[in-house]
Amino acid sequence: MSTHANLERRRQAIYGWLLLSPALVLLSAFAFYPSIATLWTSLFSRGTRRRPVEYVGFENYSDLFADPTFWLVVKNNLMYAGVTIPVSMGIALAMALWANGKIRARGFVRTAYFTPTVLPMIAAANLWLFFYTPGLGVLDQIGSVFGLPSVNWLGQPETALWAIIIVTIWKEAGFFMIFYLAALQTIPEELKEAADIEGASRWTYTRRIVLPLLMPTTLFIAVNALINSVKLIDHLFILTKGGPSDASKLLLYYIWEMAFAFFDAPSAAAMTVMVIVVLAIIAAIKFSYLDKRTHYQ
Amino acid sequence: MTTSTFVKLDGIAKRWNGQLGVEGITLDIPEGSFTALLGPSGCGKSTTLRLLAGLELPDEGQILIDGKDVTTSAASDRNLSMVFQSYALFPHLSVAENVMFGLKVRRVPKQERLEKLHRALEITGLLGYEGRKPGELSGGQRQRVALARAIVAGQRLCLMDEPLSNLDAKLRNAVRKDIKKLQRDLGITVVYVTHDQTEAMSMADTVVLMKDGHIQQVGSPEDLYSRPNNTFVAEFVGAPPMALIESTALEGFGDDKTVGIRAENIQIVPAGTGRMRCKVNESEFLGAETLIGLDHDGTSGLCVLQPGLSLMPEGDEVEINFDDGNLHVFDDAGKRLAG
Ligand SMILES: Nc1ncnc2c1ncn2[C@@H]1O[C@H](COP(=O)(O)OP(=O)(O)O)[C@@H](O)[C@H]1O
Ligand SMILES: [Mg+2]
Repeated sequence: MSTHANLERRRQAIYGWLLLSPALVLLSAFAFYPSIATLWTSLFSRGTRRRPVEYVGFENYSDLFADPTFWLVVKNNLMYAGVTIPVSMGIALAMALWANGKIRARGFVRTAYFTPTVLPMIAAANLWLFFYTPGLGVLDQIGSVFGLPSVNWLGQPETALWAIIIVTIWKEAGFFMIFYLAALQTIPEELKEAADIEGASRWTYTRRIVLPLLMPTTLFIAVNALINSVKLIDHLFILTKGGPSDASKLLLYYIWEMAFAFFDAPSAAAMTVMVIVVLAIIAAIKFSYLDKRTHYQ
Repeated sequence: MTTSTFVKLDGIAKRWNGQLGVEGITLDIPEGSFTALLGPSGCGKSTTLRLLAGLELPDEGQILIDGKDVTTSAASDRNLSMVFQSYALFPHLSVAENVMFGLKVRRVPKQERLEKLHRALEITGLLGYEGRKPGELSGGQRQRVALARAIVAGQRLCLMDEPLSNLDAKLRNAVRKDIKKLQRDLGITVVYVTHDQTEAMSMADTVVLMKDGHIQQVGSPEDLYSRPNNTFVAEFVGAPPMALIESTALEGFGDDKTVGIRAENIQIVPAGTGRMRCKVNESEFLGAETLIGLDHDGTSGLCVLQPGLSLMPEGDEVEINFDDGNLHVFDDAGKRLAG
């Protein structure tokens, strides 16, 4: 009987590993190995014709910390994340609550909001280029009706980052709304009715019942928005190329520039490692701390 | 129990895009009474209850609660509580928070809130479960939380929509008694929706039997059982339901009527002395008695009860007899004729 149980256990183990292996192979080849290789690269100097590659420890990191552009880019990215995440989530939630209500042409409203999401980021950027172009752009055209002077939204350091932020919010809000809408549909209608009978106002119902029940979704969206605030840079290539004078440069764009414009792979690797560490810490907080405090259905 | 009207429905109708929900609902519900809305699924029981609660607005008619016209009032202005079939508990809130939700909304002071909570949990036997989430409770406990939430505010009118349908049979019997006792002790008026005639008959002072959006009969359980208004009521109420016999199958009743008879009024008699000769088509042992189903042209649901275990082989022929005094006569439209 024990041999039978052993055989059964071994069979289960093999079965488990077989199921796991495709993901394991893919993740190893395309995530774990590159991450470790990046960490490795970041510890070596950049090879030139005169000086060969050598181990430098954390020198690449300290060089970066001494680089004012790096700090400007970090500041830009914090600002970018700090604005796009809460604003796009807030708009998404408001739109979802509205589109989930008893409004007419509900299907149309949902589709309209979702449209920016299905556009590729490059196409969206081109669309916004058409809004922002000084003189010809829609914004300037509208401005000129009211006698406002022409503004080069993308061309001046004070407005460039904000112009980028607005495009991102426009792109993301509709996407997040879909998640909120899906979550709202799972809240039974009777909860609203029970709250109605108890005399709860629409606001009380939203605050005490709906928002807590949306918490898992909010958390999920927040993590996604955070990741997007690091990885979504397509529109920079079209709109500003990080300029003027690095005013709209974001981390990933800077990494790309380091690696493929300045051919400084070790610095790019060092920056990548830092981004990965920060994101990993945030993910750990999400999964360990916040998940415990959230009610999952 | 007082007899003054507490809730009054007058000519209520509700349709959705022309599709019938309910129609011509006129009902007087005395204060402190237990009224059951009974009927098959889809007959408009829930709709009637929701109209009363203010969760739907009627297309026609008038609703009065405690003498006040509330036809178009918001649900919260009607001073009533409700127990939903699904319980509608807030899944992220603890038992205590669920029960106190309405008190908090209505800004009842904290001390009073806790006192009321304690009392409601005491009555429903939930003390010690204050901190649990609904997901950590059994079905029966969840049901009691819903009850506690309904009684905690001390509203005089409580509406219940099939509150027992998600419980197993044994628990259902126990909770049935608890609800009835609760209603008596608190002296509240309960309007109770159910599709289970046993439930309605055993709990209610007044049963309102509905079909296809219309009221078929309003009366005490006794009334519905012994004086059914029409053949639908006759066949819906009682276990087993009343047997119906076409008058052509009997002598002396003409040929366009229907005659009803209950199982307990039928006797099996020796061959040659009965009024009808039937074939046994099933026999079912119920414990204290045995139910024997009978077949005969022009009859439906004909059966007879025999004491103890007395199964009969299928296909046997038996003769039955009954007194004219126990017969219910319905006209060709199914309506009860005087008597
Ligand atoms: N919101 C609604 N929209 C359309 N039809 C409805 C709605 N609610 C109920 N009905 C219809 O009204 C009738 C009565 O339903 P209901 O009162 O729920 O029956 P029940 O007696 O089973 O509780 C049914 O035919 C149902 O299809
Ligand atoms: Mg119903």
